[in-house]
Amino acid sequence: MKVVAIVGNPNVGKTELFNRLTGLNQHVGNWPGVTVEKKEGKYSYGGEEINVIDLPGIYGFTTRSIDEKIAKNFIVKNRPDVVVDVIDSTNLERNLYLALLLIESGANVVIALNMWDIAKERGMEIDVRRFEGLLGVPVVPTVATTGEGIEELKKAIFRALKGKKKGKKIKIDYGHEVEEKIKHIEKILERCRKDGYPSPRWVALRILEEDEDILSEFRKGNYWKDIEKLLDERIAGKIVEKRYELCSKLAAEIIKEKKEVKTLTDILDEIFLHKVLGIPIFMAILYAMFQFTFSFSAPFSDGISLFFSWLGNIAKSNISNEVLASFVADGICAGLGSVLVFVPPIFCLFFALSILEDSGYLARVAFVMEKILSKFGLHGKSFIPILVGFGCNVPGIMAARTIENESDRIITIMINPLISCSARLPVYALIAGAVFHGYTAGAAIYSMYVLGITLAVLMALLLRKLLFKGEVSPFILELPRYTKPKLSTSIIHMWNRGKWFLIKAGTFIFIVVIIIWFLSVFPWEATNGGKIIENSYIAMFGRIVEPVFKPLGWSWQAGTALFFGFLAKESIVGAIGALLGAEGEGVYNALANSNWFTPLTGFAYMAFVLIYFPCVATLSVMLREMKLKYTLLTVAYTVLLAFAVAFMIEFIGHLFGLS
Amino acid sequence: MNRIVPLSSLMSGERGEVVEIVGGRGVIRRLYEMGLVPFSRVEVLISHMPGPMLVKVNGSRIAIGRGIAMKIMVRKLP
Ligand SMILES: Nc1nc2c(ncn2[C@@H]2O[C@H](COP(=O)(O)OP(=O)(O)OP(=O)(O)O)[C@@H](O)[C@H]2O)c(=O)[nH]1
Ligand SMILES: [Mg+2]
Repeated sequence: MKVVAIVGNPNVGKTELFNRLTGLNQHVGNWPGVTVEKKEGKYSYGGEEINVIDLPGIYGFTTRSIDEKIAKNFIVKNRPDVVVDVIDSTNLERNLYLALLLIESGANVVIALNMWDIAKERGMEIDVRRFEGLLGVPVVPTVATTGEGIEELKKAIFRALKGKKKGKKIKIDYGHEVEEKIKHIEKILERCRKDGYPSPRWVALRILEEDEDILSEFRKGNYWKDIEKLLDERIAGKIVEKRYELCSKLAAEIIKEKKEVKTLTDILDEIFLHKVLGIPIFMAILYAMFQFTFSFSAPFSDGISLFFSWLGNIAKSNISNEVLASFVADGICAGLGSVLVFVPPIFCLFFALSILEDSGYLARVAFVMEKILSKFGLHGKSFIPILVGFGCNVPGIMAARTIENESDRIITIMINPLISCSARLPVYALIAGAVFHGYTAGAAIYSMYVLGITLAVLMALLLRKLLFKGEVSPFILELPRYTKPKLSTSIIHMWNRGKWFLIKAGTFIFIVVIIIWFLSVFPWEATNGGKIIENSYIAMFGRIVEPVFKPLGWSWQAGTALFFGFLAKESIVGAIGALLGAEGEGVYNALANSNWFTPLTGFAYMAFVLIYFPCVATLSVMLREMKLKYTLLTVAYTVLLAFAVAFMIEFIGHLFGLS
Repeated sequence: MNRIVPLSSLMSGERGEVVEIVGGRGVIRRLYEMGLVPFSRVEVLISHMPGPMLVKVNGSRIAIGRGIAMKIMVRKLP
């Protein structure tokens, strides 16, 4: 099967284009570094099945971060049949740099001139024919968001696959001095054939540019001495300069008209990146985000809650088989129902996060927070994984791939489990709703988010001081243009991320709930059909773990529920629901009437759930993204910290006379 | 003619032409690839003293930490 790779600078619309080509739904967002691994898809055209690979964004070939290395290696090593270079039409000059590199590498390049709509809107005129003529590769204007130009692009890819040459590809003249060196190295290369690389000229250039990947291969070889003599920092700079010089020339010829306008982005940046107001604005946006999550979703949640208690009552009164009635009412309705009640706030949170991502604001937070973060030994870019982590820690940890420096990246990953993900929200909401009233319940939930960030930052400082000594690496980040988020897109994004909550609820949380129900009503006679839970199997387990949580004043049921949170934090809610049974009053009231928690112990429990043990999904991604020892360390510190913080909360509470 | 100064000393709204970047090779390469090469023109959009700066190069907005901004030498343009 033919392979087509999609490459380009970060945030130019590669994934959007990939989705258009393949009909898939990979995550898109308006900030650089959304895609950090390669994604595969397929489409067929002209009877040919074509494999498409979406890659992370790169600026050039001197890659340093994990995501960039994936992209570079795929192009250089796997040598796809066609490389679609996606270019941001509004930023031709910089984007042309990568196009030149790709052509130079001998790739079969097709250029997608994306964001064509924005270029037009700004009154830019680009001469596409001339562009094709100058570079010698096909160029197709596209608007990935609407699908404009996709058919033409498919056609161009097809023709390129069939080897229909468009013209003579551009060749860069680097000037006498550099060309001499290139020739020299090419001569050396003749003697030691390096297979699997594009061309001797390309290898020579990579050597002169001091590409570590290539140099390391020659270091061991016989000709290293000859090569080393030719290396010169000044020459390396000159090569890049020459390319840029050409880019400017090309851009000047291709762009027929360009107006210098003060864009909306310039104006908005003056507000959002304001020296004094930047941080307060960010805080206000976060507050608004959570306010929206809770207020907007409340009536929907109440509806779901009512529905399940109604269903539970019906089951109890209409199913004659007692075991089955208990299974439906106490197991499914109380257990699963209490988890599903939180579908609305979780979807609202993902909706709000999607607006944050699509508007272009997300990357700005890194700018606003950079100074403060660096004081705590965190990289400016670390704030992006933190914000993504509010949704789910798994993509949060993945987002750390764009951080080049290994220490910075590991610190960022290790603190991410402390960021309160959406799966923990049901636990807070349930407990705060049961033990606090009105305004205090809201404040208790907010304080969990604040606590999470505070602990994360302090932990980063500690890790920097103890494990990863040294300076934070330099901060460089391209900021996207602001765009008005589209309702339909945000809803799709919300669904794509939020559906996992539904899938989890429908699969293994469902199973967990059944197991807990089973363990809590059997042996059937001894528990009198689940009425005397103290005689159940789960109570036996509960009594084993009880001593661990006794000092914190938590009932054995609360302690037992924590064990099911290892799988996914929202299972705790399902477990609590199933352990309480419904009795038609809804899980909130049942918990409020249960005397499992006082306000103080309930609050400490919330903090414990925030901190203790990353869930299995987070654990597995941590194992993949960093060395085992760091994952183990993360597990250890989260468990210890959870106990420490819970004790602290109760201790301080007691000082203030709370119980 | 014009003095060569570090980029970090430019105020919001001021422009300069990059002369050279001193410092670590990795950082230099990264800046080069993002368009901050010698002879390129930069405009400072935002510069909050001790925080990062936002500069415009070839139509893209690049945020850079204060530390490296001090290592990018520019010729101030009127
Ligand atoms: N107006 C307009 N917006 C576009 C177009 N193509 C993509 N976008 C938007 O640009 C942003 C970036 O799109 P992505 O597809 O995530 O970009 P990417 O190149 O995959 O980015 P990385 O994975 O971060 O490198 C998103 O907000 C898209 O909706 C286009 O042709 N026109
Ligand atoms: Mg992408």
